[in-house]
Order: sequence, then structure tokens, then C-alpha cells
Amino acid sequence: MTALTTIATGMPPRAHLLVGIVTVSSLLFIMRLVRRRQLRAKYSLLWLSVGVGITLLAIGPSILDTVSRRLGIDYPPATFLLLAVTFLFLVAVHFSWELSRLEDRNRALAEEVALLRMAVGPPHAPASDEPDAHRV
Amino acid sequence: MTPRTLVIIPALNEEDALPGVLADLAAVCPDLDVLVVDDGSRDRTAEVARAAGVLVAPLPYNLGIGGALRTGFRYALRAGYERAVQFDADGQHDPSEIAKLLALLDDGADMAIGSRFAGETNDYRVGLVRRRAMRLLHFTVRMLSGRNFSDTSSGFRAFNRDTLVLFATTYPVDYMDSVEALLLAVYGGLRVAEVPIQMRDRVAGVASNRNFKLIYHYLRLFVVLISSASRRGRHTPEAS
Repeated sequence: MTALTTIATGMPPRAHLLVGIVTVSSLLFIMRLVRRRQLRAKYSLLWLSVGVGITLLAIGPSILDTVSRRLGIDYPPATFLLLAVTFLFLVAVHFSWELSRLEDRNRALAEEVALLRMAVGPPHAPASDEPDAHRV
Repeated sequence: MTPRTLVIIPALNEEDALPGVLADLAAVCPDLDVLVVDDGSRDRTAEVARAAGVLVAPLPYNLGIGGALRTGFRYALRAGYERAVQFDADGQHDPSEIAKLLALLDDGADMAIGSRFAGETNDYRVGLVRRRAMRLLHFTVRMLSGRNFSDTSSGFRAFNRDTLVLFATTYPVDYMDSVEALLLAVYGGLRVAEVPIQMRDRVAGVASNRNFKLIYHYLRLFVVLISSASRRGRHTPEAS
């Protein structure tokens, strides 16, 4: 515990432990999704880098203080919130864009399916109406 | 020789009205091919249409009228039709008016609109909310297109091949597709003409708009219209 408290300047050990647990479990969760290939590569890269970033912050919260000082922000948590909100906003916009694109493709597919179904004919044409049915 | 023409009928849960509409069409315009695009109906719309002996394209799920129409336009182009008519499945449109629309195409129009409000002999009635909304639309389209259309949202239209080429890829899929399509056509440099038509009372089925949803849809439409106006000139039909 002494090692932890020396690194974590200004953070109570219990809070630091909590941050650590949350960080590690979210990182593990992302890695599990990636390993099971439930995330496309581009998203796994995105969320893995987020996980690494948060881990770095959890190991050394003083990074945040340094960055805040450089940016001229007096209150370090505000820096974190600013970064988080900006990032999440961009991600949400990106997902809306991606969803719109997917919906467009989905629609085009549905239209093609309708035309193909028309070409193939009704699913179960009654055999009695088909004089040629017996030749098969 | 008359150009090959396809009548496209988007249909959603219209098993009651459709047989009469198709029989009417077959009696009045026997030389026109008919395609019913079943927009994911949960009733027997597709069966009823097949029984009438017309082409039926069943969409796997509901796309809305814009998607159903675009399916029809794509088919018309692929099957080599030179013209297409957009026609309602609920019996509001009179098949004998199709000739008027096609006559406009003969006169050189790329897109013909059957207007419920042009001309004097008009008895088409709409509710107060819809009337106001339509007036607002009319004004908006006049601002955005610089032209005065008497009926911006009519679903009774005819298109030549240039228009079909434009619409097969870019036909708007949002609510009130017909208004945006009108702007697309004008911006695409197509000649759009109107002719007065009479509407019948709908035979069966429910009108697809409700007043309480109208405000949301109109807001949405304005976003679409404005963005469509700002894209002006980017969609041009292939030179033919």
C-alpha cells in the first residue's frame, strides 16, 4: 500500500484502489470482446487505446495535474471531464454517421431482395395451377 | 409506337382496396404494365395483387413509401421501361387521369404532377391542420425552388427515363418524399409540369398521416429540404 500511495500523489488509497479496479475490469472487458472478435478491428483499437489511457491515469494521477497546468486549467478533474465529454461527443457523432450509412445499405439490400423475390416468384405456388410442375 | 410505361403502386396493408384499383387500371389502361411494391404488408396485399395478375415486388420489411417507390424505379429502369407512373393503392387516384400525365410527358415534360389544387373544378377536402401544413409546404417549396407548384405533395405523378435515372438512386426515403423529390427534380434541371386532376374518396385503408405526428414530421422535412437545397446542382441526370 505504501508504494501505491507514494505514486498516487493527492489521492486517498481507498479511492485509488477503486479507480484501479474499475480501470482493470473495463480493460479486461474490452480485451475479452476483442479476443472473441465481437468488435471490429477499428473499434477495438479505439477502445483499447481509451483503456490504456485510463490505465496510465490510474497509475499516475499526477499526469492529469501536469497536463492541466500546461493547458492552464486550475482544476484537474475539469480537464478530465473536458476530454471525456469531447471524446464521447465525437464517438456519438461517428456512430450516428455509421448508423445512417448502414441504414442506407440496408434499404438498398431490402429493395434488391424485393426485386429478386419478384423474379423468383411466390414462395409456394400451388402445384395444381402449374401444368409443368409434374415434369420436374 | 407508344413508349413502354410501368405503373408503380406502393402498397401497405391494402388488401381491401387493391383488387378494385387493379381491376380499374386493367379496364381503363389495358396497355400499361403494373407493378405493386408490397411495402412489408402484414395482410394479404401481395397475394391479392398476384391474383390480379400484376407484377409484385414484396419488400422484406416496411421501408416507407419512398423506399417502395425507389424499388419500383429501379425495376422500371432495369426492365427497360421508358416511363413510369406513381399511383396510389387506396383508390384515390382515377386511372383515366393517367392519360393526362402521360400527355404532359409527350409534350416534353420530364416529370408530370397530377395536382389536386390546380384548376377550378376542385372538391378535394383536407382537414384544417393538413391544409395549413400544405400551405406552409407550398410556400417553402416556392422559396427553395423559385417555382409555384399548386400541389407539392401529390402522389399522382409520371416520370420519363431521365427522371427515373435520377430517382432510382437518389429518391428520398424520408417522410413526405414527394416534396423533396420535387425539389430534386427541379435542381436536377428536369422539366416539371402540373396538370389538374380529380381525386376520389379513398376506398379502404387509413391515411398514413396523423395530425399529432405532423409537427415532428414537418420539422424533419424542413431539415431535409434545406439540406437538399444546399446540395443544389450536385445531382444531375446523365446526359442522354
